Amino acid sequence: MSQIFHRSTNTISKVSIFGAVFGIAGLLWLFYAVDASPWVSEVHVAREQPIQFSHERHVAGNGIDCRYCHTSVERSSFAGIPPTKTCMNCHSQIFATSPFLEPVRASFRSGRSIIWTRVNDLPDFAYFNHSIHINKGVGCTTCHGPVDRMPLMWQAESLQMAWCLDCHRHPESYVRPREAVFRTDYVPPPDQEALGRRLVAEYHIRKLTSCDTCHR
Amino acid sequence: VSPIDPFSRWAGDDIDPGNPVARRTFLKLMGASLALGGFGACTRQPTETIVPYVRQPEELVLGEPLFYATAMPMGGAATGLLVESHEGRPTKIEGNPNHPGSLGAADVFAQAAILGLYDPDRAQTITNLGEIKPWSEFLGAIRAALTAQQPLGGTGLRILTESISSPTLAAQIRDLLKRFPSAKWHQWDPLSRENAKAGARLAFGRYVDTQYRLDRADVILSLDADFLCDGPAGIRYARDFAAHRRPEQPDRMNRLYVVETMPTSTGSRADHRLPLRPSAIAAVAEQFASAIVAPSGGAGRLDARTNKWIEATAKDLRAHRGACVVMAGDAQPAYVHAMAHAMNASLGNVGRTVVHTDCVEAEPVDQIASLRDLIADMRGGKVDMLMMVGGNPVYSAPPDLGFTDALAKVTLRAHLSLHNDETSALCHWHIPEAHFLESWSDARAYDGTASIVQPLIAPLYHGHTAHEFLAATSSRPEQSSYDIVRDYWKSQSRSQDFEADWRRWLHDGVVPNTAFAPIDAGTPKGFAALRAESTPPPFELSFRLDPSVADGRFANNGWLQELPKPLTKLTWDNAVMVSPATMARLGATSTPADTGGEHGQIICDVVELSYRGRKVRGPLFPVEGHPDDCATVHLGHGRQRGGAVAEGVGFNANVLRLSDAMWYGGGLQMIKTGERTSLACTQFQHAMEGRQPVRAVTRDEFVKDPRVVHEGDETPPKTVTLYPDFKYDGYKWGMAIDVNACIGCNACIVACQAENNIPVVGKEQVLKGREMHWLRVDTYHQGPVEHPETYFQPIPCMHCENAPCEVVCPVGATVHSDEGLNDMVYNRCVGTRYCSNNCPYKVRRFNFLLYQDWTTPTLKMARNPDVTVRSRGVMEKCTYCVQRINRAKIGAEKEDRAVRDGEIQSACQQTCPADAIVFGNLNDPNSRVAKLQAEVRNYSLLGELNTRPRTTYLAAVRNPNPELEP
Repeated sequence: MSQIFHRSTNTISKVSIFGAVFGIAGLLWLFYAVDASPWVSEVHVAREQPIQFSHERHVAGNGIDCRYCHTSVERSSFAGIPPTKTCMNCHSQIFATSPFLEPVRASFRSGRSIIWTRVNDLPDFAYFNHSIHINKGVGCTTCHGPVDRMPLMWQAESLQMAWCLDCHRHPESYVRPREAVFRTDYVPPPDQEALGRRLVAEYHIRKLTSCDTCHR
Repeated sequence: VSPIDPFSRWAGDDIDPGNPVARRTFLKLMGASLALGGFGACTRQPTETIVPYVRQPEELVLGEPLFYATAMPMGGAATGLLVESHEGRPTKIEGNPNHPGSLGAADVFAQAAILGLYDPDRAQTITNLGEIKPWSEFLGAIRAALTAQQPLGGTGLRILTESISSPTLAAQIRDLLKRFPSAKWHQWDPLSRENAKAGARLAFGRYVDTQYRLDRADVILSLDADFLCDGPAGIRYARDFAAHRRPEQPDRMNRLYVVETMPTSTGSRADHRLPLRPSAIAAVAEQFASAIVAPSGGAGRLDARTNKWIEATAKDLRAHRGACVVMAGDAQPAYVHAMAHAMNASLGNVGRTVVHTDCVEAEPVDQIASLRDLIADMRGGKVDMLMMVGGNPVYSAPPDLGFTDALAKVTLRAHLSLHNDETSALCHWHIPEAHFLESWSDARAYDGTASIVQPLIAPLYHGHTAHEFLAATSSRPEQSSYDIVRDYWKSQSRSQDFEADWRRWLHDGVVPNTAFAPIDAGTPKGFAALRAESTPPPFELSFRLDPSVADGRFANNGWLQELPKPLTKLTWDNAVMVSPATMARLGATSTPADTGGEHGQIICDVVELSYRGRKVRGPLFPVEGHPDDCATVHLGHGRQRGGAVAEGVGFNANVLRLSDAMWYGGGLQMIKTGERTSLACTQFQHAMEGRQPVRAVTRDEFVKDPRVVHEGDETPPKTVTLYPDFKYDGYKWGMAIDVNACIGCNACIVACQAENNIPVVGKEQVLKGREMHWLRVDTYHQGPVEHPETYFQPIPCMHCENAPCEVVCPVGATVHSDEGLNDMVYNRCVGTRYCSNNCPYKVRRFNFLLYQDWTTPTLKMARNPDVTVRSRGVMEKCTYCVQRINRAKIGAEKEDRAVRDGEIQSACQQTCPADAIVFGNLNDPNSRVAKLQAEVRNYSLLGELNTRPRTTYLAAVRNPNPELEP
């Protein structure tokens, strides 16, 4: 009796079995990789803005505190985006005729807002509150990265849930003393874990991982 | 992806709807749909923008709401409110705790006013004969007409307003009448309490207002008065009534007797309710007066049971001299009100539980007479210029007066209103009115306390206030309403520092010391001269304002249209309501269409109502506890114009409402048409079926042994579970709902809807049982169909400790939180609906379709930014207002303290007039909720299922008169 299947069938079947397993695994990996990539999360992608505003210049160069512009960061969920008036406090005197600042002056004259592109953007079903993080010793740069070295703003972290949960589960690895929260040159000490554990106790930091902490 | 349309080109004949789809083709298409649907979800987040202020207002902290005090005028009195504003957008209304008419609570109309403000159907342009015109042209037209009137002293000038409590507006009109001495001011407001006013005039010879101190009343007799839900003081009365009815203080529990026709919230709270036809109530009142004031010997006309009822009630009233109240309802004729005044005087209540004051209405008049005069003048061609300040008389005026025909004879007709409605259509000029949340004005509460109405937002649709409309007739037509109102109060103020006072009034929401002082109205007289009709007509028709849309002014508000009316649970319709016995006699039926899990449709016979030569058709609906041989219809429906939501809902009962019988009349005939129609009803099973969802006992039983409420309780011990117990180190949230206090007014439902961005689904979807309310109020009847005991039970999510929904969710979209909440995570939900199937309380709601309006710009503005707007395919339910919990927790954490008791109020709790809902931390033994849950009246709904709900109920305790107990 002759063979029903050709000899090559053996190879084909082995390849397809392995192929299915590795193929599916590969696809899953690809999906994960794409999802975590800057193409999706836009991490480290400098965003075009209507005005070439440099945080590097204003923070590192001029030493302006975060709260001069982001006024509500200690009180509200939203850190605050400065009104045109805040820019004009200085720029009615300094670089008052610079062509780069014409959109600012135009906004101030016309009463029309400057429309900025959002850099750190959470999905609408996630509710983040700046004030409580500031209050519990999470520094600005912990999430926003080295703002003092960003000529144009980019997103420093993925802002994906796994990243949030990392800190919510292990806050001791990230918290810093309250007085250092706004310092952009802060470097975590070598004994961060020890300091972190002390601060977690001192600031009554709870490891909030219930869904309703952020989703409602 | 629909398997029918998009693929038909490729799939050829296989997919033709005429041919059955081949199984393989079907599977292929479904597979492709699923894959495409899956990939469709792989979108990148869209780029968003941030738009800062140019000059940021000083008091504004971005992301933090601000609250402003204002007041909502309605029907000649106002309720004080606190309105939440997010970056200039008002999003939520609460009662103002400083305001005597609110005490922090609000009713359905106030709660729904947010949607009324953002209503996209509101009038948006000034029109003259349908053409868009600028305000300046309107001013020119008015000026020209007034110049012509000047030499005549205003003989041809008429102003028609609704009932007004605004001192400024009244001053403006009086000023106008001074300048045009022959002009006339007429009033017509379907919400006006005409009979109460006429009754006061009958008894005291002049108009006085009557207030009741229910906090001091031990026995209350209501003669058809729905005082808990109706009228300008309803919220206050509900609070005082409920506070005086706590079974924990059995000696202080009040007792309520109600004689009424259509079952109401008040009637449901009664310890003894006597259902009677409207005309018979006057006879009962007379009998009461005979027993209490002076014997008049008319007892023969009532049956023995009624006489016994009256006798026992009168005895109870007499036993509580000075601590009881007799009230007459707005639908009862003037002499019943006069009799109530006489009874209160005889019982020594005046000055104790009954207080008379001057009228809150700026200019109380007999409005029917006023309207009749106006129509006569119009018909006689004496009116050259009619300015209508609000109102919709073409729709609401009694049809026999002929307002519509007479209106055509007026040379210049101008109408100010929120919507371009039936009246606007017949006017030359239509001016869009500014909503009260866009207006500067003032108004008085039921007790006279004045509030400044301040705007939360600039007019969205270029609306003008009544003040500006009337200023058009003055020498300063461009004056803003802010200046008009402020100037008026400045002229009234004798203070050194008006500016400081003004700011204080705006902040507090009340002008101090403006409540009217009690007056001595004199001895009531005159009632004896009038007598009730001796023989009641064969079949009566009774009219009532709709509990949801009132006289139709809220008909374009989807929240209110979809709100299940108390007791009937009807939405999106009105009906001809009769007793089940009358319905059977007419050979009519109502059949719940309960197919395949869809529930919400009740199919009713349509009847034709013939009443004094006028006819209208409507569906016949049975109401338990309604008296026989009469029918009740709700006004406010059958609108022809006034918005996409309002038009075509229900039938217009105003057609039958004649000026000599505004609230009831005899001679109704009902004929079955043979037609059947569907009504959207959210609950048509009111029997408890032995499961006792509401536990109710009498006061005597409760005093003897409070444990009686747990009789037959089958709640298993807490150890009966396979799952380990949850540990709660911090907070443990819980809620207690007092069934004894709940009056079923529905304010909580609308408050929840406003707070949690809950969509309106429409009648079609309610018919399928798909209404989205997170909180519903179930109504249960117990006892005979003719006069059952009625209980209301608000049902939010129970947040069960052993939550049946949690264990069946395949994607972990509903989970237990560290603080005991049953979290609903929208972004995880894939819409299997297993959780809803497994919920014994049926509190989960599914977005079968895209119910939210994602396109209308103003509706986007109405939303609470702290709550996710849900899309199609997602399950949702009550969260215990987790956004409020988080806000309070974050605030407390920043101050390094625990959340204080009472700091978090859920939206339903905050607005509850009866204080029936209490939320808080169960881990704190001193919290109000923990104390309530420790009370012996506390029980779990369906506790036998071992779900261990953390929303629990406090049993109802009735306080019946032992003499009337069967």
